Amino acid sequence: MNRHHLYLLAAVLTLVASGIVVYKAIVLQFPLHPVTEADAWDVEIRVSFQAMHAPAKVSLYLPREDGPFAAADEQFISRGYGVNTRHEEGNRRVVWSIRRARGEQFLFYRATIRPVASLRETREKWPQIKTPEIVDDARKLAIDAVLADVRAHSADSETFVSEVIKRVNSASPDGNVKSLLGRKTAMEDRIEVMSQVLAGANIPVRAVHGLRLQKYERDAQFIVWMEAWYENSWHSFDPLTGEPRLDPDLVTWWHGPSGLVEVTGGRNSEANVTVRLNREPAMQGALWRERELRPALFEFSVLGLPIETQAVYQILLAMPVGVFLLVVLRNVVGVKTFGTFMPVLIALAFRETNLLLGLLLFTLVVGMGLAIRFYLERLKLLLVPRLAAVLIVVLMLITLISIFSNQLGVYRGLSVALFPIVILTMTIERMSIVWEERGATEALQQGLGSLVVAVCAYVVMNLNSVQYFVFVFPESLLILLAATLLLGRYTGYRLSELVRFRALSGGGK
Amino acid sequence: MIGEGIRRLARKGVLGINRRNADYILTHNQRSLYPRVDDKWLTKQLAMQAGMPVPELYAVVEIQHQVRELTEHVRDYSDFVLKPACGAGGDGIVVISGRMRTRYRKANGILIDQSEMQHHVSNILSGMYSLGGHPDRALVEYRVKFNPVFERISYLGVPDVRIIVYRGIPVMSMVRLPTRLSDGKANLHKGAIGAGIDIATGHTLTAVWHNEIITEHPDTGNEVSGIQVPFWEEQLRMAAQCHELTGLGYLGVDLVLDKDKGPLMLEINARPGLNIQIANRAGLVPRLDLVEQHYKALPDIDQRTAFAREHFGSE
Repeated sequence: MNRHHLYLLAAVLTLVASGIVVYKAIVLQFPLHPVTEADAWDVEIRVSFQAMHAPAKVSLYLPREDGPFAAADEQFISRGYGVNTRHEEGNRRVVWSIRRARGEQFLFYRATIRPVASLRETREKWPQIKTPEIVDDARKLAIDAVLADVRAHSADSETFVSEVIKRVNSASPDGNVKSLLGRKTAMEDRIEVMSQVLAGANIPVRAVHGLRLQKYERDAQFIVWMEAWYENSWHSFDPLTGEPRLDPDLVTWWHGPSGLVEVTGGRNSEANVTVRLNREPAMQGALWRERELRPALFEFSVLGLPIETQAVYQILLAMPVGVFLLVVLRNVVGVKTFGTFMPVLIALAFRETNLLLGLLLFTLVVGMGLAIRFYLERLKLLLVPRLAAVLIVVLMLITLISIFSNQLGVYRGLSVALFPIVILTMTIERMSIVWEERGATEALQQGLGSLVVAVCAYVVMNLNSVQYFVFVFPESLLILLAATLLLGRYTGYRLSELVRFRALSGGGK
Repeated sequence: MIGEGIRRLARKGVLGINRRNADYILTHNQRSLYPRVDDKWLTKQLAMQAGMPVPELYAVVEIQHQVRELTEHVRDYSDFVLKPACGAGGDGIVVISGRMRTRYRKANGILIDQSEMQHHVSNILSGMYSLGGHPDRALVEYRVKFNPVFERISYLGVPDVRIIVYRGIPVMSMVRLPTRLSDGKANLHKGAIGAGIDIATGHTLTAVWHNEIITEHPDTGNEVSGIQVPFWEEQLRMAAQCHELTGLGYLGVDLVLDKDKGPLMLEINARPGLNIQIANRAGLVPRLDLVEQHYKALPDIDQRTAFAREHFGSE
């Protein structure tokens, strides 16, 4: 109603936001562009358990210090727990303890893992591995028999170890292996048997647990593998296939058969591991500065949130940029789309695949869905059951596509599972109604319009610099809000109206 | 090039959709009044209270259970119209023009059986045609027998007159003529023809079909311009009255001409389309501005229609 009011509001919002951005950029020296630097990964382990009104002790393994990676900025976060770290034969662990705890407990370990500049060249001595004393004669005989068999089938130490692993893992193990394993078939037990057998051949073996460093994984799992000592160094083997392996992206966490977490005085313990490639090591300095200067400001910023939440916000905060683009395309350009925000949701869905594949899948599923929807039209179904039927069909189509793409070896197809099914269903429904009532041209026009907007939104939302900027300077969204409010009172022509009213402007009087 | 196009439209005084929404609909039409026009049943009741002629209502189907009684309701009528109470853009309207034993003949000649008709009504109830997909009601009403004036220039359906009313003053008008393409419907986006009407005299001007200017009806080949619309003064008065009826500042009134009953008010639209400007080859903005200057001095309907006839005729 009152234009001045709106202008004032927009001006205030813009001023406040720019003020904060300038302050952060100049005083706190937040870099304005994402700076790519050497890789670093943020790892967060969240341990939760149910305390039992009693003293509780939690021990958690920490990354070892002898691999090609090192952990820095280690933080142990807990409420009221005593913390101390221990070294045990190269393994490191943190022990949290408390006199009395009740209810759900949360403990956090955070660290930044970086590759160490030069591979540590440690010439190890013959390892001091305590081989289990075997007292049982029958067991000794069985081991000897296996060893004799393996020796006949191997050329060197590598194939020797490999053969032992294969034999122990075999689906139909021979009698000797069977007697060694007994009823125990868990991975840890198999590794135990392998080490017993290999000890008989004077090859020390150990179980190693590690973590794969990935771009982003909210529920990372620890991987266990085997290392055998021969020719003066440790060699890694896959404990399942027996293949030698050399994974440069595995960081060694601990050696030995035990689990990651041990809780006494609690139950239902759980450990959740998040790994994220740190986009911005250059931010570290700026963050530290902010924390020192303005602790409150840091506490109340997105960067103070747990990594797991941060990753979600990195996506969410870019969404307003896509929505703003949608407003411009609809109200200033005049592109026709299905639904108001559907294109932005489709753009979010493209993140799960990638642009080209997403487009292909989208057209494929919507096309096939439309064909089936037209068939359903003949059955004269009521609205809600019909929508449900289309949803079920869409789900089945996606499943089929996943299965086919997997068969063809296109791994990407699998991530389609997260493609939003409801959005696809509604698109199909609206498109078919528009198709019937306004004709194919109109339906295809709107469909194409939606896709064009979705692609634009996807491209903008995925620009590294855009994502970085709104994440580090979330207050910039206020400027976007101001611009959106102003567009809310934009009364000029839409570009599409130049075409629509061309009969009127052509007269040229 | 784009700048030049925009300047030309502005010179013509063409009203764009953004400005229509921001300056006229959002500013002059209170949202609380929308149900009066979005629900055609309510509009009909209001009009009847005010003594405005409307097509007679035969029955209202409100719940799924009543769908089966539909045949009972329409037993005595050989022709009728089925429409959603809260439909938009003419979607979901079925015109039954006759019977063939147990079947019904649609206006386009296609026969449908009882179950197909019931399915259609169920769809209406489930909200398939209503704004926002809310559950809706189905109205069964009198099928207008249109005035022979338009017979030569319309195909199958009922032509209707649309009048834009701003602050109670009719500002622009057109007649919408169904074509074969529009399936007998009078909606421009479905392929109906829009012919501008000179507010001063009630004569049709040039016509548009799909954003193109035409002079003959594509199906009948007859001249569409220069036809005198009957009961023009009465229609202007009815349109002006809709301002009081609804309380809306900017609205579009749809009227039909019945052979026996004269002009009937079909429905009122709180967001009337902008294609009427193409049909009239004139922009709305200068007319709306003129109304803005004078409306305070024009309190009653006679003065308002006189003002419209004086100022909004084609030169």
